Parts: sequence; C-alpha cells; structure tokens
Amino acid sequence: MAQTAVADSDTGPSLTELARRHGLTKAGRLPSLPEYTRHLWSYRHFIAAFANAKVSASLGSTKLGVVWQLLTPLINAGVYYVIFGVLINTKQNVDNFIAYLCAGVFVFGFTQTVVQAGSQSITANMALIRALHFPRASLPIAVTLVEVRNMIASMIVLIAIVLLTGEPINAQWLLLIPALLLQSFFNAGLALFVSRLISKVTDIRQLIPYILRIWMYGSAVLYPVTFFSQRLHGWELALVESNPMLIFIELVRHALMENVELAQPAPLLWLQAVVWTVLVTVGGYVYFWRGEKGYGRG
Amino acid sequence: MADSEREPTVIADNAHVVYRIYGSAAAGSQTPLASFKRIITGKKSAAVREVHAVKGVSFVAYKGEAIGLIGTNGSGKSTLLRAIAGLLPVERGGGIFAAGQPSLLGVNAALMNDLSGERNVELGCLAMGMTPAEVKQQTADIIEFSGINERGDFSSLPMKTYSSGMSARLRFSIAAAKKHDVLLIDEALATGDAKFRKRSEQRVRDLRQEAGTVFLVSHSEQSIRDTCERTIWLESGVIRADGATDDVMKEYETYVNK
Repeated sequence: MAQTAVADSDTGPSLTELARRHGLTKAGRLPSLPEYTRHLWSYRHFIAAFANAKVSASLGSTKLGVVWQLLTPLINAGVYYVIFGVLINTKQNVDNFIAYLCAGVFVFGFTQTVVQAGSQSITANMALIRALHFPRASLPIAVTLVEVRNMIASMIVLIAIVLLTGEPINAQWLLLIPALLLQSFFNAGLALFVSRLISKVTDIRQLIPYILRIWMYGSAVLYPVTFFSQRLHGWELALVESNPMLIFIELVRHALMENVELAQPAPLLWLQAVVWTVLVTVGGYVYFWRGEKGYGRG
Repeated sequence: MADSEREPTVIADNAHVVYRIYGSAAAGSQTPLASFKRIITGKKSAAVREVHAVKGVSFVAYKGEAIGLIGTNGSGKSTLLRAIAGLLPVERGGGIFAAGQPSLLGVNAALMNDLSGERNVELGCLAMGMTPAEVKQQTADIIEFSGINERGDFSSLPMKTYSSGMSARLRFSIAAAKKHDVLLIDEALATGDAKFRKRSEQRVRDLRQEAGTVFLVSHSEQSIRDTCERTIWLESGVIRADGATDDVMKEYETYVNK
C-alpha cells in the first residue's frame, strides 16, 4: 500500500514551509481592508442582481406585485393616522400633523426594515455562503438596496401626502436627497453591524423587535419633537436629541414642510447626521469585515 | 515524494475543522432551570453542539492531479472540501493552503426557488465572480448543457416547479461553467439520469485539463476510478489511506464489506 501514513511522515512546519515556498495562500485568510473593498466592488453586479432577485421573489407570489411597494407605506400611514391622529390626539400644536406623522413613520420604517432584514441576511443565506465564494458583505448591502427601493416608493407617497395637505413646493425640498442618502449609508452600516452580531449571538434576534420599538418611541415618530423638550432637561434631553433617527426624521420634515419646529437648528442637525453616518457606516463595515471568514461556520 | 519536480497546489497541514450547530440540544437541557444553571456556572450552552468533523488532516496535492475522496457517510469528506474552499474556517493546526481561489462545485449550491431558471443562472454566475458580459454570453450554453429545456421552455419557469433532478442538473451546469485553478467536486456526478451523468463526467474531465487540481467526493466507485489516479480515504475525520486509487479502493472495500 502506497503512503498510508502521510500524516506521520512529514508533518509540522515542513508542510507550512512548503506552502510558503510555493506561494500558496492560506484558505480562510482575512484579506486586507482595501483588498476586501476592491473585491466587494467587483461583485457590485451580483449585489444588484441579488437585490432584484429578492424583490421579485417576495412580490412574485402576490397578484398586485409592484403595487404593494406603494400600498404598504400608504396602509402603514393610514393605521398610524387613525390611532395617533384621531383616537389619541398627540398632534399638539403641529399644523400639518398628517404630513408630520407620515414623514416620521416612513423615515423610521426605512431603518427599521433594514435592521430587520439585515439581522437575517447571514443566517438565512447560510446555504449560499457555504456553497459559493463571494464577499459576504454583499448580502447585508443587497438587503439595504432592497429597502432603498421600498423607501423611494414610500417617499413618492410621502410627497403626494405633503402636497395634498397644502405644503408649497420650494427649493428646500432638494435637501431631501442628501438627507436620505446619508440615511441610506447609515442603514447599510447598521445592516452590516447587526448581520455579524446576530450570526455570532443568535439570541439577540429575539430582542430586535423591542429595541426597534423603544428606538421608535425615542425618535419622535408618533408625536411632535417638542414633546421631549417639554418633559426632559439637561443631559437627558441632550441624549434623546442626539438620537440619529430623530435627526434624520427632523431633516426630512425640515426639507418638506414649512413651519416645523425643530429640536435643534438645521445646520447642527446636518452636522450630527454626517457624524453619525460616517461613524456607523465605517464602524459597521470594519466590524463586518473582521468576521468575514467565520460566516460559513454557522 | 519529489517536491522539487512537482508544483503543489493544495497543502493541508494538520488541519482541524469544527462545526458549531445551534438549537440541537438534547431533550431536557432546554428547560429554563437548565438555562439558568448554565448562565450561573458559565458553561457553554448545550444548545450549541460542536462537531469535530476533520481531525488533523495532512496531505499535499500537486498540479494536474485528480484526487478522489472516499469514506463512509459523515466521515468529513464534504467538510474537508469546504475547508479547502475557505468556506469553513480551520480551527486548529497549521491550516490549509491553496493556489488561487479553489472553487467548490456542489449540488447543494443554493439558488432561489421563486425565480426562473434563467435568472438563477445569472445570479449563480455573478456569485462566482463573472462579469455581466460573460454571464450574457454563457447563459444560453449553460441552459443548453443542463438540458432543462428538452421538454419545453422550463428555463423561464420558477425553479420550484422543477423536479429535483432538473434543479440538480441546472446547479451543476452553472457551477461547471467557470474555469478553476483548483476544483472541488462534491457528489455532483451522481445527479440526473444516465445521459446527463455521462455528459457531466466528460465536463469534469475537460475542467480537469484546464484546472490545476481536481478533488472529487463521490460514493460512486466507478466515477472515482474513471477520473482519479490518487485517492484519499477519510474515516471519522482522519486519513486512513492516501495513495493510488486501486490500492486505496481495495482496502476501503474490505473495510466496508466487513
């Protein structure tokens, strides 16, 4: 019999040494951050195709198909309006409460769905991860793209609502674009962060609905932002008002509506939005990249 | 072995691979009391079970070799292939080294069942790193090779309407569409009917000519004998034998028929 005991005859550093001599790369080696980014960029077509595939797969079984992308935010806004605008009157002194409420619901909903879908983007695609070799960050990023698409649909609905409730169109509306762009990057960072976190600590997924709910109540979605300044003071108020979701929602309201009372002056809100976006996007990306080789383990 | 003459493409140096499986706890360890006890004592959760699938495997594979991997079910063959592909991390030991990026060609490659065969071809090819132009160029060939359109236009129907044989054939065709430095084949030759099997074996031989090294996991002795001159026998995660296919096969057969 030929070489039964290969493992015994030449083990130890000699094999590793041999591999090095022939320039072989270690399987499961973590690529450097620039290398990983380049690799990810070369997979941009896959990311786009995967995002499209997810949309068609989820809408493919419905009769109305794409119409649902517009119907879902409409129904969502309707439910919140009936409860918070009519039944429990939280509008206080806001002139255009319908538009105010819808802006909050849609902007928060964007981040909410990204976090929910992002938390499953690794665990739900384990078979794909174990079968094919692609940069894993493609998955949370594709999930974010799907939600960006849904967000654009809900923004169309929002603009219709804002117009119907009598807000004038002006140049300030253009601020909507940078605000949503910042939020999209922020969300991508968040999706990367939660997808790795939950692939490591599966239990956290059970907590996500509660975390999101508390976050929503803390973001002045359902009631005016002045609600906080009337009740909280000092560091407590500062803490609540530094909430990135509150800031994004305020920016969208500021862009689309006249006579909105902001928590802070607009330039200060923009500055904080940029800081949050850079922090979360870069932090989430680096955190995800460091775990790149472990995602197949389960 | 004359190392200086032949160029190694895959080297495993005492590689250990450990799987972690969640939510597979034995009955009785999931009670609140048991969980509380675990938290207090700081023990690892019983819901996470570790499977030590590959235990210290070492070998050197050279350019131009086709190596068969045999062993009874659950002996760690597929796990070893995944570790070579870098899809599962090596837990301990020197690690696994490879030339270029080894590609795993398996029938388990997940595709999206709600989408048409055609879109799955596109998605699969992009996931293997092809450019959109290459994908466009190859799509027709891949569908043609898979033969799913032999009975009508199935490629535009969702994959959930396919028979298991059809979807396995499509997956194989997608994976085999790319050229690879190191090719790892997991049971892919056992899919489809006799006609498709013959065609896929031919495709593997072609791929081997282009690829540096081919690893083949199969329970079909015939396909290993036909394609591989060297065979590694893995049993319970340990190499039992490594050598010429005929020798190893003989030994394996006596073991299995015992």
